[in-house]
Amino acid sequence: MNDFVAPVIDWAAVSPVLIVLGAGVLGVLLEAFLPDRVRRTTQLVLALGALAGSLVAVGLLWDRVQDGSVAVVNGSYVLTPFGLGVQAVVALCALLGVLVVAERTTTGQDAFAPAAAAVPGTVYEDETRRAGLQQTEIFPLLLFATGGMLLFPATDDLIVMFVALEVLSLPLYVLCATARRRRLLSQEAAFKYFVLGAFASALFIFGVALVYGFSGSVRLENVVAVLAEPSVSPLGTMPGLVVVGLLLVMAGLLFKVGAAPFHTWTPDVYQGAPTPITGFMAACTKAAAVGALVRVVFTLAAGLDADARHDVEVALWVVAILTMLIGTVAGAVQTDIKRLLAYSSIAHAGFLLVGTVGLDEVSSRALVFYLLAYGLATVGAFAVVTLVRERTVTRGPGEGAADDDDGVVLGEATRLAQWAGIGRRAPWLTAAFCLFLLSMAGIPLTAGFIAKFGVFSAAVEAGAWPLALLGVLASAVSVFFYVRIIVLMVLTPPADDASAAGSSSGSSSGGTAAPDDGLDGAGAEPSGVTATLTGTATRTVVVRTVVTVVGSRGPAAVAIALCAAGVLLLGVFPAAVLDLAAQAGQFRF
Amino acid sequence: MEITNYLGLAVILFALGAATVLLRRNAIIVFMGVELMLNATNLAFVTFARMHGDLTGQVLAFFVMVVAAAEVVVGLAIIIMIFRARRSASVDDVNLLQS
Repeated sequence: MNDFVAPVIDWAAVSPVLIVLGAGVLGVLLEAFLPDRVRRTTQLVLALGALAGSLVAVGLLWDRVQDGSVAVVNGSYVLTPFGLGVQAVVALCALLGVLVVAERTTTGQDAFAPAAAAVPGTVYEDETRRAGLQQTEIFPLLLFATGGMLLFPATDDLIVMFVALEVLSLPLYVLCATARRRRLLSQEAAFKYFVLGAFASALFIFGVALVYGFSGSVRLENVVAVLAEPSVSPLGTMPGLVVVGLLLVMAGLLFKVGAAPFHTWTPDVYQGAPTPITGFMAACTKAAAVGALVRVVFTLAAGLDADARHDVEVALWVVAILTMLIGTVAGAVQTDIKRLLAYSSIAHAGFLLVGTVGLDEVSSRALVFYLLAYGLATVGAFAVVTLVRERTVTRGPGEGAADDDDGVVLGEATRLAQWAGIGRRAPWLTAAFCLFLLSMAGIPLTAGFIAKFGVFSAAVEAGAWPLALLGVLASAVSVFFYVRIIVLMVLTPPADDASAAGSSSGSSSGGTAAPDDGLDGAGAEPSGVTATLTGTATRTVVVRTVVTVVGSRGPAAVAIALCAAGVLLLGVFPAAVLDLAAQAGQFRF
Repeated sequence: MEITNYLGLAVILFALGAATVLLRRNAIIVFMGVELMLNATNLAFVTFARMHGDLTGQVLAFFVMVVAAAEVVVGLAIIIMIFRARRSASVDDVNLLQS
């Protein structure tokens, strides 16, 4: 047999991933050794530093890959302009996402449970809350997930891709379960995400097995070589294997993208997960998964014969149409802001898929830009959602108007009706949110317009004009539901308090429990809530809840401002970023 | 014995696992279905490795095992968390008690 040959590793090329994963490992160690006081600050600085470092590393590598891709570790990690472009989007959105995660608002509480393992509603949980514990493991988990996302679009080796898929998914499952409020919902979201995610990754790996059976390799370029010259592999004469394998791999990836018919987890998970995590997950996972999808499908499709290529294109068409349809139609009837944004992200997955049908470089450059525009708007929009809260009001209707210091700030006010008239209380926040929504709708002078124009024209160029037409139509429908929210926030007077104010202490429990109705889902016990409330009503007279906008302590405000500035700049002066995206268009050499 | 029989077995096991995930309601059983799918994949990998006469497939099976183990850790934690929460008299929005 051969002597062992140590691999030559180009560390610089792997640095964007290594920095983030290394910081994640360091974060776990710090978690064990640092005293309570400094832990949060250290973790936060480490996470932000690592992500910024990763972004810088991507920038430094940018010029190097323009002349040709860099294969590292014997080709397991292939750095291409496209891979780097997606990595830049992921790192940037993760950076903004971490800022939102770090937000504690003026209430001094972050969005995460003091002890996620505590059973909701127990004395133990109460004590952790009172002791002011905090779960700083959030930051290492975020870093691990981001590391997986950075690796995901930068490999041509299907098994590395599988490992990256798990590295990004497993921390996300855990993160979903850590919400401070509405914990049963949060846990349920984690559970659904886990079961469906594990199922999807099992499909993915079985697809990889079939591709391996066909070609004797899990490297995409080797598979393409076998497709060109079937006689080199014992099973090379069975193209059915690779087509079924490719479809299964695509199913696994489309699950992560959140495309129909693998989208069913999206609304539930986006709604149940802690909102900062939802923003992070929506932006970064989608970017990474689209990157990986492009790598696999574009590369393999280049090697397939006309018939098989046609099959793949038909599959993409069907999925794209279904996804746009479900995203826009179901999105139009949602009454919960997080669910609505989830359906909007499904619709965006559809638009992204419209951009993929060309299977060439025009498509991939449009996709990079789209991912950036979508990511900024999404992180920003979910950041705004974290600041719009419910607050209890302890005074009755006749005892004077509620002032802002009154009562206890509760969870997010996610019912759409509660957002009525927000514009008067928080004009800047509302303006930013409107901007994000307009960008998602694709209104000119926002990033979303340029992005949508890019993907649709890429589709037209590939001859898929019916698909582009459908995309434009779906886009027009979606404008309707985005504008509906804007009208609600800016023009509709607040439902104020008048509707809820009718309930005095007698019907207090009904009034207060209502905001969480229907959100509690399985396992929540409305009767339990009622009983407790009636108990406390004698002491504090909890009358009703009103909607309030809590102030940011900095990080979230910075994130929102940056996202808003980005969305505007990309919309008004897109040239520079479009040039970068054009450079990032090359997905293979 | 014909080596393709192993592939047939792998496909059957995979289909059984998928059916378990889609049809059963108990979280643990569903989880076992996922594990069955992953192990069916391992069988396919090893069989293909034998057909191709190289070791790659066997190494890949190890990767899948490690990932499956990691998935068990996270998955069981989530399932147990759900189980504990649902059996106890849980209140969703405990914030109301904080004041």
